[in-house]
Amino acid sequence: MNTTPQALSAKSRSVRETGTHKEPFSLVNLLSHIMFTCITLAMILPFILVIAISFTKESSIVEHGYQFFPSEYSLKAYQYIFEAPTILLRAYGITIMTTVIGTLLSLLVTAMLGYVTSRRDFRYRGPTSFFIFFTMLFNGGLVPSYILIKQYLHLDNTIWSMILPFLVSPFYILVMKGFMSKVPFEIIESAKMDGAREIRIFFTIVLPLSTPALATLGLFLSFGFWNAWFPALLYIDNEKLIPIQLLLVRMLQKLEFLTSGSDFSSQFGIDVSKFPSLSARMAMAILAGGPMVCIFPFFQKYFVKGLTVGSLKG
Amino acid sequence: MIKQRKPRSEWYYLKKNSELLLLLLPGALLILVFAYLPMFGVVLAFKDFRYDLGFWDSPWVGFHNFEFFFVSDTAALITRNTVAYGLTYMILTTVIALLFAILMNEMRKRWLRIHQTALFIPYCLSWVVVGYLALALLDTQNGYLNKVLEALGFQTHMWYLETAPWPYILISAYLWKNIGFSTLVYFAGIMGINQEYYEAAKIDGASRWQMATKITLPLLSNLITVLLILSIGHIFVGDFGLHYFIPNDSGMTIPTTDIIDTYVYRALRVNGDIGMSTAIGLYQSAVGLVLVIAANFVVRKINDENSLF
Repeated sequence: MNTTPQALSAKSRSVRETGTHKEPFSLVNLLSHIMFTCITLAMILPFILVIAISFTKESSIVEHGYQFFPSEYSLKAYQYIFEAPTILLRAYGITIMTTVIGTLLSLLVTAMLGYVTSRRDFRYRGPTSFFIFFTMLFNGGLVPSYILIKQYLHLDNTIWSMILPFLVSPFYILVMKGFMSKVPFEIIESAKMDGAREIRIFFTIVLPLSTPALATLGLFLSFGFWNAWFPALLYIDNEKLIPIQLLLVRMLQKLEFLTSGSDFSSQFGIDVSKFPSLSARMAMAILAGGPMVCIFPFFQKYFVKGLTVGSLKG
Repeated sequence: MIKQRKPRSEWYYLKKNSELLLLLLPGALLILVFAYLPMFGVVLAFKDFRYDLGFWDSPWVGFHNFEFFFVSDTAALITRNTVAYGLTYMILTTVIALLFAILMNEMRKRWLRIHQTALFIPYCLSWVVVGYLALALLDTQNGYLNKVLEALGFQTHMWYLETAPWPYILISAYLWKNIGFSTLVYFAGIMGINQEYYEAAKIDGASRWQMATKITLPLLSNLITVLLILSIGHIFVGDFGLHYFIPNDSGMTIPTTDIIDTYVYRALRVNGDIGMSTAIGLYQSAVGLVLVIAANFVVRKINDENSLF
């Protein structure tokens, strides 16, 4: 059913060669190529600029501004950051912890919800779907959740405030449901005939068959947890629990954060006046964003198969 | 042999579905706590919340919180901003993503992979990181954009202090970050279309334009309407990260960048105004709900199959 684009274009080539009809292909193809090349450049160039800035000597920035090809290179920014690595490593630790725990738990819960709502023979399918997907249409807003989490659940200043409220997302359940409803029901049926229990069927048959959806959603979920700054902004005051994104937020708002921040300067005796703050903050942005950009290509092959948006109706 | 069927009690079915219900339980609890409990919290919109008195004992104030918000000029401004940005994002994303997906479908695999990767990379980043990228371009003193303008002999700008350029900057940033994801969803949709339609059309001598408009778009219409209806509900919910970090929380740009979400955040974090923040949140959610139901109703009138529910 899924023909690859290559097979498709090979097919259209063969049609062209047999001369069934002429396509105005060259001009359209050329234009589309030029357009996509420009877009690709537009997507990539800002990264290159930021990377270049992070390797530029501070005095060169002050003199020439940000450049793609710095007049003077320097590793100072990274050197300074890694000289006092406690803040950074701790932030990485928190971020990695929330990302791993959050992604795994969320995948499990999403898969379970998606699976049960995809089962046509589940008696309470209608009400359950409504229960899940109504939250997509209406929500209590920021403040009630804020008060609930802070005043009643007392999750503030724990990593759970950055995990638990974000485990279930109706849109991802919709994607999961769309994928799982394509798992042939006969497989489930015959496993049941053989006496397998539902939970076993789910873990040993349905989950392994859903690898593309799990990989795709797993990647999106890990983007979500890795990139989350909002929950930390709201709930985390404890310096030891700051994730890397919140560190960036503070630096963006206050350039001096790195130098005035307690640990960096005082503890390690950095000479504040020599601190390359302009290039260092771009280096921080790269250290925060880089890991996600690097892992994404490994998941790309699952994307097209894994992203089938299901239907609310059935 | 026909057995006499007894009417079965609900307990029988509950038991029969018990294992599936068990699978449902953890997720259902999470939804109950983190999505449904806050819904009841909207009554705070009608109370004067005080931390010392708590949720139950804070005094009722009727519509005072709404009144306070709606009589100010801000309400009109931020509502207008939120809706205008929301509509623009929605329409541009849909049109451009569809165009990209259709063009990508025609591309050779090697190029497809390169362009798809490039298009998707910005989606991996948080708005905070994108804020840094924007700063590299827009910074008044060192920013690349000002250097280019200077080199070309144009007037340089203090971007973070002006209001006029921001709609363009925000729309560009939004598309830059999100277009890859939408393109991917539509591309996956196109991949799901049975290739026989295209082969048949080719034999009949259809042009590529005809195939795109007569096969691809109609067969994608279900996906397009589902995503459109969902995003219509979000028109009233702005993208906080985009509107907070890209203008770098600069007060000068508020007239053209402030949306309901940034306003609520400031009201909450800076002024600690629980009642009004809740009231605005309720206003957002309620209007969003009405919009989704209305959009779904219209779609159902036109073509029942495409409606969301």
